Amino acid sequence: MADLATDFIGIKSPNPFWLASAPPTDKEYNVRRAFEAGWGGVVWKTLGAEGPPVVNVNGPRYGAIWGADRRLLGLNNIELITDRPLEVNLREIKSVKRDYKDRALIISLMVPCDEESWKDILHRIEDTEADGVELNFGCPHGMAERGMGSAVGQVPEYIEMVTRWVKTHSRMPCIVKLTPNISDIRKPAEAAKRGGADAVSLINTINSITSVNLDSFSPEPMIDGKGTHGGYCGPAVKPIALNMVAEIARSAETRGLPISGIGGVTTWRDAAEFMALGAGNVQVCTAAMTYGFKIVQEMISGLSQYMDEKGFASTADLVGRAVPNVTDWQYLNLNYVTKAQINQDDCIKCGRCYAACEDTSHQAIAMKPGRVFEVIEEECVACNLCVNVCPVENCITMVELPKGAVDPRTGATVGDYANWTAHPNNPSVQAAE
Amino acid sequence: MTHSPLTPGIVSGRLPADRIAGNFADHTPPLDGHEAHVAADRCYFCHDAPCITACPTAIDIPLFIRQIATGTPEAAATTIWTQNILGGMCARVCPTETLCEEACVREAAEGKPVEIGRLQRFATDVAMARGLHPFTRAPRTGKTVAVVGAGPAGLACAHRLAMHGHDVVIYERRAKAGGLNEYGIASYKSTGGFAQKEVDWLLQIGGITVQTGVELGRDVTLDGLLERHDAVFLGIGLGGVNALRAAGEEKTGVANAVDFIAELRQSTDLTTLPVGRDVVVIGGGMTAVDAAVQSKLLGAENVTIVYRRGQEKMSASGYEQEHATASGVRIICNAAPVAVHGNGAVREVEFAYMADTEAGLVPTGETFRLKADQVFKAIGQTLTGVPDGAAVAGGKITGLPARVWAGGDCTAGGEDLTVTAVAQGRDAALAIHAHLSEA
Repeated sequence: MADLATDFIGIKSPNPFWLASAPPTDKEYNVRRAFEAGWGGVVWKTLGAEGPPVVNVNGPRYGAIWGADRRLLGLNNIELITDRPLEVNLREIKSVKRDYKDRALIISLMVPCDEESWKDILHRIEDTEADGVELNFGCPHGMAERGMGSAVGQVPEYIEMVTRWVKTHSRMPCIVKLTPNISDIRKPAEAAKRGGADAVSLINTINSITSVNLDSFSPEPMIDGKGTHGGYCGPAVKPIALNMVAEIARSAETRGLPISGIGGVTTWRDAAEFMALGAGNVQVCTAAMTYGFKIVQEMISGLSQYMDEKGFASTADLVGRAVPNVTDWQYLNLNYVTKAQINQDDCIKCGRCYAACEDTSHQAIAMKPGRVFEVIEEECVACNLCVNVCPVENCITMVELPKGAVDPRTGATVGDYANWTAHPNNPSVQAAE
Repeated sequence: MTHSPLTPGIVSGRLPADRIAGNFADHTPPLDGHEAHVAADRCYFCHDAPCITACPTAIDIPLFIRQIATGTPEAAATTIWTQNILGGMCARVCPTETLCEEACVREAAEGKPVEIGRLQRFATDVAMARGLHPFTRAPRTGKTVAVVGAGPAGLACAHRLAMHGHDVVIYERRAKAGGLNEYGIASYKSTGGFAQKEVDWLLQIGGITVQTGVELGRDVTLDGLLERHDAVFLGIGLGGVNALRAAGEEKTGVANAVDFIAELRQSTDLTTLPVGRDVVVIGGGMTAVDAAVQSKLLGAENVTIVYRRGQEKMSASGYEQEHATASGVRIICNAAPVAVHGNGAVREVEFAYMADTEAGLVPTGETFRLKADQVFKAIGQTLTGVPDGAAVAGGKITGLPARVWAGGDCTAGGEDLTVTAVAQGRDAALAIHAHLSEA
């Protein structure tokens, strides 16, 4: 059986499934139950500086997007960092860690942007025997307006500066949590690396308004008729997170920097995808908040089965395996020619492929008597839209034309690998000539 | 309770009142809002959807389902009613399993179609509960049209004519409008007086007068109607019932299934409605199933449907047949009645087994008898009261004088379905409107 144990920047955990810093990890009661349920690690909900704790709103903290059967697809929150006294959190962290030495316990931190504040908090947490710290440079609401959270994470120079302070005043492994509310995720990752970070974790939540109440005209979640942008998370954000993880994993400047993958991890499959794109482990929140801690059992069994089937002995065999296949558009093979093919035996004759192609694409599907839908290869550009809208899995597939075949659409013979950089239509190629 | 299912003869009160009430409650309960949302999400919004083609009234089903899915069941109801003004009743009584839902691509994919009928009911119920009637009359044309028969065909015709600004008088021989919706449908399919509510709702369009207790041929003539109106629509249905042509048919206890169903529908207290201990229903259609199942629900001990051909030829759908057998009704096929036995009142029915050969149905020579104290004939209805000047062929009206149209069960292609009658009434109205607009 595959070994799910991971060593992430020296922090060992029996599996790569950590609970992200969030409401589920705000107190001892929850964290003990999470560890009992099987979670490999926990990032304790963000601690603030000494003094009166922050306060939260007393109305709704969460907004949501649902599928038809109330399946939660996306969640947003306007909750702040922990609103419990620092000493209480520190005492509980120490107590939990003492009893779960084999699990990872990371403390998330967010204090004002001055060296003394960071030095002080690092000093205070030393005694807990936690395994590491995660710097919360991500939260987009409430704290950012006070010069913390994403206000730091959006300025690479601040990230570098604070990370350096942390590495100067602590020997603990340091993970820098990145906000996706920026234009190029590589810049803050590079800054974290320059500052001495041992790893980055991403993504934090995305600025969002989940919906608007069309009667009261207030954004959701609504507090006394008003709403504010909150942090979006859950299955809906996974594609955004995957891309950002991949960008860091494949960038020359940050390649090799350990990544803890976060963003809509709901099943073992999601976790495996993050890991294939370079994440050494994953952090989960929304799925646990939706279904409870028990989901980790499915994640463990699923990842284990997958790794066995693939012959992966340890997670290291999986981590980063897809990274070499992430490239830039200009390097994609323009001689990779495919055509949609509809399996008539599987077709249920809904005609969605036809409507999509006829109305919005290339008029490459014919509707014949008896509701028979056939691809017109002379028109098919292989856009894949028919595959995407077909309700029957694998009914429509993209079939590759072999080398030497003639593409009936272009009349061109399928040749060897060739990309845009050498294409005659590329102005920079002409300039070079 | 004085009687039980075992009490001999035709008596009432075989079951306690609470069980009767439960038995005749809504057969298919309505979807609630969340259920409708989930059911609607299953629709694939097919291109040129097969369900639309399968619907005799061509309701834009994917559109109305999408309107439900997006929280506007009122708009969905408008989509439905635009094609089928009796969409509420059709949602309850249509054999969807042989129409829209049979054509649903998810039936092909998973054997489980989108619940189109129940979704249609959801939309129309919501909109009717809100008192919506999203149609208004065009300016009055000054033309008047007589509609004979206030059944589904006549009502659909009248509503569409009224929309176009014509004044309509409906002449109905019975005491209430609604036709088979009111008198001919199993009670558990249309609970809470829905047929009358729907008629009242339909008449909100205005411009329609209903005269009940007026029969064509007795109280009015076609010529008389043509003198007073610019056009006439005949939606007279099928007034007669086929005879068994078996000896002893006249014995006490032998009745028409349609009369039993009508009596049941009009009853205000089903514990007072008598039913036999051993009930035999002869026929293979929806009427046979409705009579048989309701006999069982009233507390009959043994209910048997006997059909002269093979089960696959029964016009009751597979779903209806299953409903019957699940209700405890036995179905015997390939047997035809030859004699009704009994001394004054029916005691037994004798049947001959039949072989379905190329030369037609032929007795095999073997016979059997079923104990019976009540027999319902459900072997088809016949056209009666056809006015002079109309041509009849194959038991249906096939030709009509000038300025006269017809639709519903009295015409060919009626299929004995509410939804088909609605389509024919609506289309006749459009033809009448076109004619009146020319004049």
